[in-house]
Amino acid sequence: MKTLQWRLILIAAVLGLSIWSFYPPQTKIKLGLDLKGGVHLVLRVHTDDALNLETQTTVERLRDSLTRAGVQFGKVEVVNPTEFRVEGVQNDGAFRDAAVDADTSYDRSSEAGGYSYRMKPNITNQLRDGTVAQALETIERRVNELGVAEPIVARYSGQDQILVQLPGVSDVRRAKEIIRSTAQLKLTLVDQGPFPSREATLQAYNNVIPPDAEILPGRQEGGGTAGTAGTVFYTVKKAAAVTGRDLRNAQQSLDEFNRPAVSFTLKQDAALRFGNFTQASIGRPMAIVLDNRVMSVATIQGRITDNGQITGISRDEMVDTVITLKSGALPASMEYLEERTVGPSLGAESIRAGFIASLAGLGFVVLFMVFYYKLTGLNAVFSIVANLMILLGLMAFLGSVMTLPGIAGFILTIGMGVDSNVLIFERIKEELATGRGARAAINAGFDRVWWTIVDTHVSSLIAALLLLQFGTSTIRGFAVTLIIGLLSNVFTAVFISRTAFELVLSRRQTTAQTVSI
Amino acid sequence: MQILAKTNYDFLRWKWHALALSVAVILGGLGLIVARGLPLGIDFSGGTLIVVEFAEPVTEEQVRQAVAPLPGEEVVQQYGDASERRVMIRLPQVEGATEGDSLEQGSAQVEQALQKAGLVVSEVVSRELVSAIIGKDLQARGIYATIASLLAITVYIGFRFRFSFAVGAIAATLHDVFVTIAFLVFFGYDLSLNVVAAILTITGYSVNDTIVIFDRVRENLRSRRREPLDKIVNESVNQTLSRTIITAGTTFLSVLSIFLFGGEALRGFSFTMLVGIASGTYSTIFIASALAILLSNKSRAAVATGTSPADTATGQGGKKPKRARAS
Repeated sequence: MKTLQWRLILIAAVLGLSIWSFYPPQTKIKLGLDLKGGVHLVLRVHTDDALNLETQTTVERLRDSLTRAGVQFGKVEVVNPTEFRVEGVQNDGAFRDAAVDADTSYDRSSEAGGYSYRMKPNITNQLRDGTVAQALETIERRVNELGVAEPIVARYSGQDQILVQLPGVSDVRRAKEIIRSTAQLKLTLVDQGPFPSREATLQAYNNVIPPDAEILPGRQEGGGTAGTAGTVFYTVKKAAAVTGRDLRNAQQSLDEFNRPAVSFTLKQDAALRFGNFTQASIGRPMAIVLDNRVMSVATIQGRITDNGQITGISRDEMVDTVITLKSGALPASMEYLEERTVGPSLGAESIRAGFIASLAGLGFVVLFMVFYYKLTGLNAVFSIVANLMILLGLMAFLGSVMTLPGIAGFILTIGMGVDSNVLIFERIKEELATGRGARAAINAGFDRVWWTIVDTHVSSLIAALLLLQFGTSTIRGFAVTLIIGLLSNVFTAVFISRTAFELVLSRRQTTAQTVSI
Repeated sequence: MQILAKTNYDFLRWKWHALALSVAVILGGLGLIVARGLPLGIDFSGGTLIVVEFAEPVTEEQVRQAVAPLPGEEVVQQYGDASERRVMIRLPQVEGATEGDSLEQGSAQVEQALQKAGLVVSEVVSRELVSAIIGKDLQARGIYATIASLLAITVYIGFRFRFSFAVGAIAATLHDVFVTIAFLVFFGYDLSLNVVAAILTITGYSVNDTIVIFDRVRENLRSRRREPLDKIVNESVNQTLSRTIITAGTTFLSVLSIFLFGGEALRGFSFTMLVGIASGTYSTIFIASALAILLSNKSRAAVATGTSPADTATGQGGKKPKRARAS
């Protein structure tokens, strides 16, 4: 009797806690994207970009220090993102002294008349990892600027994948552009241009572009608003005077003709550098390059220190450019590997459908149990409902996400609850058929079935745990629901259901010999 | 009230018929897969899947004609009830093009093509773009998860019961997986993420039923060592039959409610579960026990030489529950 009381108190406490934990469900239960509507994106960061940049920079520096040290060499060339080669080295000792810096990150091996350099594996990994980490931070800042509630930005499978989930975003295309735009800004001198075509540009150089310059497309000046003007080409210096990293701030503004523009200011040290640079280049044309597109070209009139303006863009471009510039450049380009968009109406319908299906499933089961087992069936119904309460409570407590497959898991939990109860009831029935008294039959029923329940739950748990390793977040929602449901089912089917039986027995005094089942 | 009280069907008599039926279904499914290829959904094959809602009622044929000029082979299907005016359009992964861009293009092209044909789209209900990389990755993970789950369950049953039982249980589970896939092919469902999740759930569920019977076999073996194994197994199947039917029935009913009311998005999932539950019950009764007996024949021979298989089955020492025998 005493223990029965304690059992009842425990059950009441567990159920009370559960209900407190998930009530009100509208705010306490987190919904997945497939129910809330929104977009799920997987991006791949092209980490090779960052390796390439590192190798390029090392090569430039090497060339510099070799020249400064007066070491003779024929050619330095980048072979691939992690390798470069030096040819025509005359004096090995002098070369190695001058090239000592490159040895920190690269493994050097001798070749006929030169050296081959390969990036050290740990440096490669570090760089790749750092690039993804940096991209992750940048995307986070951009997503925050977009003003999305409860976004998720996280590493995904593989070394170079990033997951972005934006609930309730309606303009998916814009969000994708903002996230992916590399926002690499640079201010650099124009060598020649504009030319009407790439071919014309090449012709002007007799097909040999100087190694320190590159051809970039741009918009025809004065050609009206963005997008309508024809494309022209410039050759600009590769080495930038100022890059996006030197920005202190960017904001929306208007140019002299009241057209949308983005003004930016530079950090202190960059401003100083930029001042000297512009002073030395007065009279020469300078280009503002954003993501390898020449946005505008202006002749340097005098010393410019700490601010500039990007002009010739549309209003939308202005808004988005400010977001991307402020959040910083991406260290590498990215591509989308996966996109799943769920419109808000579909999400709402799925919630409704899931709700109806759950109620119908529960209804079927309640009807059957009460019809088949009469009043004793209510024990099962109570334990199943208790299971659902605990499941919801734990989900709210753990902050796990309810997805559409998760609702299916919810309904399956009902099925499993019935399964365990039927298993027990049928066993009790059998024991009663052997002529045992009610109490003995109930005890034997529960005891005999206990290990069967453990075995069935463990095997289901194994499948559910492996599901957790697999698939998208919606499937994970299903697996989590199933796992929690399975665990709490052991408690409800065995502990709660048994307590219910004992409660009935104790009411009828211990002499009761029958139980209707 | 009692369903199937005190049955004594000779299920094992039907084991060869049952095996033949199963083999026929599985071979039929395999034949279709060989002929038409495994129907991978875009989750695994990569590609574009868009569900659009039209302002006016349209026929599948109109939509099909509108998107016909697009590269690759499009699949056009009514999505959900006709009154919802929704159509699903699926494009294959376009090879060659840069992945990220071709993903975006495919979906934009569909919308343009529909517009050009004068079909007014009132809402893009959902849009899924999956690159081949992700598809391959998911394929690998799906196969890994399924195999790992089967293995882990085999190990667990092998540990709790005897090895031949584990093989019987896992053969029955594999049977269910193949039968389910065969039915998916027969009824034209694609293997999507949700469907694979359902198949994995089936692996767990199907073993449940089998375990219940094996548990009973183990219990009966302990009290009636002298009787032949097949008689004990057949009786155990009969003893647990009403439980098997009831729980399969109620789980079937609750999944049926997902199938009926859960909406289009869960259709494939719930269909897979329905087939899996039906097949699981069938295989539990007809396949698992028959196989366990066939495989146990060797260890049965050991009885004559003195080592009781009942002891090996229950020989886990302290890990086993102590059961009071009612005799």
